[in-house]
Amino acid sequence: MGERVLEIRNVSKCYGDNPVLSQVSLSLNRGEIHALVGENGAGKSTLMNILFGMPVIHETGGFTGEIWVNGNKAEFKSPREAMEAGIGMVHQEFMLLPGFSVAENVKLNREPTRPNLISKAAGPKLESLDSGKMGLDTRQALDRIEMDVDEWLPLVGMPVGHRQFIEIAREIDKTDLSLLVLDEPTAVLTETEASSLLAILKKLAESGVSALFISHRLDEVFEIADTITVLRDGEVVCTVPKKEARVETIAEMMVGRKLGSLRTGGSGRIHGNEHVLEVKNLSVDMPGEHVDNVSFSVRRGEIFGIGGLAGHGKLGIANGLMGLHRSSGTVVCDGEEIPLNDPKAALEAGLVLLSEDRRGVGLLLDESIENNIAMPGIVGRNRFVKRLGPLPISIEDRKSIRQHACEMISLLDIKCTGPGQAVRRLSGGNQQKVCVAKAITMEPKVLLVSEPTRGIDVGAKERVLNVIRKLNEEEGITVVMTSSELAELRSMCDRIAIMYNGKIQGILSPDASDAEFGFCMAGGGGMASD
Amino acid sequence: MRKRFQLKGGFSAADLLRQNAVPILFLFMCILGVIVSGQNIRYIAQELVSRLARNWFLVLSLIIPVTAGLGLNFAIVLGAMAGQVGLIVATHYKIPGLLGLSVAVVLSVPIAVLLGISVGHVLNLARGREMITSMMLGFFANGLYLLVFLFMVGTVIPVDNPEIMLDSGVGLRGTIELKYCKYALDNLLKVRLFGVNIPVATFGVVIALCLGIRWLYKTKLGQELRAVGQDMAVASVAGINVDRTRITAMVMSTVLASIGQIIFLQNMGVINTFNSHEQIGTVAIASILVGGASVTSATVGHGLAGTLLFQLLFIVSPSAGQRLMGNAQVGEFFRVFIGYGIIAVALLIHSWERKVSLESASRQSALKGQAKATGNM
Amino acid sequence: MIDSLKRIVKAVGLPRLTIVLFLVALLVIGYVNRLPIPMLLSNSLVRVGMNGIMVLAMVPSVQSGAGLNFGLPIGIIAGLIGMLVVMEFKIGGFLGLAIALLIACVLGVASGYVYGLILNRVRGQEMMIGTYAGFSIVSAMCMFWILAPFKNPEMIWVISGKGLRTTLPVSDSLTQILDKSWEFPIFGIKVPTGLLLTFALACVLLGVFNQTKLGISMRMAGANPAFAMSCGINVDKMRILGTVLSIALGAMGMVIYCQSLGLVQLYRAPLMMAFPAVAAVLIGGASARKATVWNAVLGTVLFQTLLTIALPVTRSVIEGDISEVAKTIISNGMILYALTRKEGDG
Repeated sequence: MGERVLEIRNVSKCYGDNPVLSQVSLSLNRGEIHALVGENGAGKSTLMNILFGMPVIHETGGFTGEIWVNGNKAEFKSPREAMEAGIGMVHQEFMLLPGFSVAENVKLNREPTRPNLISKAAGPKLESLDSGKMGLDTRQALDRIEMDVDEWLPLVGMPVGHRQFIEIAREIDKTDLSLLVLDEPTAVLTETEASSLLAILKKLAESGVSALFISHRLDEVFEIADTITVLRDGEVVCTVPKKEARVETIAEMMVGRKLGSLRTGGSGRIHGNEHVLEVKNLSVDMPGEHVDNVSFSVRRGEIFGIGGLAGHGKLGIANGLMGLHRSSGTVVCDGEEIPLNDPKAALEAGLVLLSEDRRGVGLLLDESIENNIAMPGIVGRNRFVKRLGPLPISIEDRKSIRQHACEMISLLDIKCTGPGQAVRRLSGGNQQKVCVAKAITMEPKVLLVSEPTRGIDVGAKERVLNVIRKLNEEEGITVVMTSSELAELRSMCDRIAIMYNGKIQGILSPDASDAEFGFCMAGGGGMASD
Repeated sequence: MRKRFQLKGGFSAADLLRQNAVPILFLFMCILGVIVSGQNIRYIAQELVSRLARNWFLVLSLIIPVTAGLGLNFAIVLGAMAGQVGLIVATHYKIPGLLGLSVAVVLSVPIAVLLGISVGHVLNLARGREMITSMMLGFFANGLYLLVFLFMVGTVIPVDNPEIMLDSGVGLRGTIELKYCKYALDNLLKVRLFGVNIPVATFGVVIALCLGIRWLYKTKLGQELRAVGQDMAVASVAGINVDRTRITAMVMSTVLASIGQIIFLQNMGVINTFNSHEQIGTVAIASILVGGASVTSATVGHGLAGTLLFQLLFIVSPSAGQRLMGNAQVGEFFRVFIGYGIIAVALLIHSWERKVSLESASRQSALKGQAKATGNM
Repeated sequence: MIDSLKRIVKAVGLPRLTIVLFLVALLVIGYVNRLPIPMLLSNSLVRVGMNGIMVLAMVPSVQSGAGLNFGLPIGIIAGLIGMLVVMEFKIGGFLGLAIALLIACVLGVASGYVYGLILNRVRGQEMMIGTYAGFSIVSAMCMFWILAPFKNPEMIWVISGKGLRTTLPVSDSLTQILDKSWEFPIFGIKVPTGLLLTFALACVLLGVFNQTKLGISMRMAGANPAFAMSCGINVDKMRILGTVLSIALGAMGMVIYCQSLGLVQLYRAPLMMAFPAVAAVLIGGASARKATVWNAVLGTVLFQTLLTIALPVTRSVIEGDISEVAKTIISNGMILYALTRKEGDG
């Protein structure tokens, strides 16, 4: 296809001890549209940050590997340098100023100026803006993407879709643009807007501007990409020309390791067919993880899995059940209906959540391990309290708190200097173990586990999963486990529900084939394949 | 097409009323106050004109930091201190008239620049808490100011001038009369109109400042200030040096405040060495808010109108209080209360609005997530 | 050696270390200049007792997540009203004190509740709003002091026969009623036992409250609202609870303060009173996100001792009263220092 516009060679990057990218290689030719797909946390955004020389990369110790742009080795120290080398970026979060007009946004920090009397003395910062040229340039850029909007209108009040096009206009207004990077560009667009955006991308590609297209939407990827690269856990799983790829295989590669042992020895655990948790018509308004009218039931003693691609609502279920995000529907636990939107009621009914947002929701980072484990138990279960002398006041019982914490530390093998250590100082895996200890302390009837192994090292992963398994097998605690790692779900669960577009697309047995899972995750056949 | 029409032509009377609710409310209060106070209109007009000449410049020094997203700059107190230092030195050396004022300006500008740079650095450390930090900076700097001019002058700093110093030879007097440059600017060009003396030169300086601010916003620097004020992250991605721009804004504001304080004091004719600057922040900020400004938007118009209304209220409230409550002090306390109250209310409204916009932002991102999920239809 | 020194500095905290060293230096200078050290120490004990509860008021506010309570003047006004009522009706002795405390507490709880409702709607801006809410209330009350229907001729202006005076002496039977209870001298230091016991009692009560279920819920809400919510805690209510406790403590603290001072100061006097209290708890090692009873006690002792001793010592070295200036610089400097540190740092 001609000359190389971008070549990424063996790029690796660690944040602390955590590898986020390892040996990633990727290349783009002139006029090529290359799609980069992968789950959240696969390393896409880190790769973009490296490509753009974002300061966060240098502040965390840089990266290894090489990047070549238009045949020159690039070492960008700032986004500006990347920009000057001809790379344009259309951000997922709009990088636009709502109070500025279209032209001011397109020309931000690249305004054409004219010197005046004062600027001659005080420096170029005080040069006057050349608004005529600003308008003219902007008009040209807007015309190139066939956008008919007044360049002097402010952004405030414009439909969201317009903003995406203005971002693109800004990038193509930059001279020498050879590569356009788009991060989830159609996420906020309506269908017609999305298709006209894709058309524009194709046109730009014909005129010689290559595009690196990051998306979750496989249908779009298949519509416009020339090549597809799948990224998972910081590694390139495969790079295939579009002609040779199938939607199901790509979906499957995004989520799961191929190998994953099935759950063994679990057959005797399900105590009858009694339903401990019944969910009817549950809708959850969780940002980015919307759940739409979902019904399912969980049997006593079972491990029920929820999987699916990011953004399809799998995380919304547990959060909605706990009352952490606005929800509607009916939830019955052990024959009693649980009022929704009331975390206290959910806790009292015996639901306990191991949150996917460990540092944000799961822990009090500046408190000690023992307090993290005990405080929710004191408040929610009235444990670890004693009378204050003869007074009718109950206060916390430090002795039993300490004792319980020590038991948990040895049970879960939490690596720490003692129960008084602040949780902030622990590693991710050990923090997660503290969360598990906290959940156990809450004496759950149904344990909701969300992404239990996200961001923790392999050894800790195994231990955390084992503890959950043990709780289930020995204590008879019913578990609802949500994970983006299909292999993990298959090794743990009795049944796995796959979420697609806020709904349950299917409930599969863990020994169903990879193809079946891929099929469900990609929307179960509703998708066009070439 | 309809949308564009709305955007361009959405000026109904109701909108106008709502957007200017605060100044309109105060206008009514002022009119009421003028009627109730029963004061001579000519007296009020004269008083108002000289108060405007005195305060306008200072109030306008608040505008740039608001544009740059630093909020209401309570640290203009530091600029005022710099101005006072300049004037005190000029008085010490008995430099008369306009020359004295010029010397004061020349001396205080470098001090103000240094102070502005330090304030800017401190505020860059305290992102998201700029206003409270700038307020505490004002209080803190006031302590240092007292230390220098009460205890160090005459001891560490060798000065011997009984005219401006306490009899003990240590520390400045509580009030220093500006014998040499009182009214130096006001008297430069005075016009009498309907029996009211108008200091044309002082107003000329104010007009020059207004035009200067207008012009600034048409330059590259002005564009950067506005961009940083709207969204630091976006500005930074576009390659604008956010920290530096914010410091620049603080320097400009502090320098303007120092000049403003010099204009203020030449009209007063006397420096309350340890109090003149203290209330500057509150009064100026209350003024611009009365004019309809907010924590995130302030214009020259807000500053000019707000000062007019606030000062008018200042003039009439003691005698209005006397007439209504039988006590002039009530009126005096009322205007102090209005000063603090308007700031409290403006801050309340600001954080409510911010909360609402945060919520809508999270709704928008939720929408985005939903859209993401509806990918393959 | 340097490492262990660094560790000590880190553990104690630079501000506290500086202040302790400064205090020691002051005591040495004072001793050399033959100042009456026992008298100075007596004075600082009184000042610790006087100010302690108002510093303690910062603790529940921070713990509940509402941040440092810059709106303390709201409570102070409640306390002043309590004092004024017993003075108007000339109720003296412990009964008077009890009634003043009761009125202060009731008004403090009521105004704290309203203030808490407001703070819940302005998350992240509590400090600034609190400051100006306090300023506004103080200036609004200035009008009230003039117009209020107080009749006691000892309290109102003689000439106009209307409006409260700026400074009112507290009746003899109420003045220092706590300070003088069980007062005893030791090594020439007069110990205001009753006053200190009152402060200690307040500390113990708050300490016990912190260990109850409600107290733990409040602390969780402050430490991480999302965490608290997932544990079934109503975060908004807990923030209101913290604010109410804080304002009520401030109100009662003001009553204690007035009886010890023997004066009730009105009008502009309460305007800046929040800042030294905020500074004291920060000096004690608290931050805008974390505070303990211990921080309040330590901070009060360090700050007040410093102020009491600095005054005569500096006077013996420099001419003039530098103590007010020192108070301004230290308290505002301390608050600035806290504001410019990254969130989460001690």
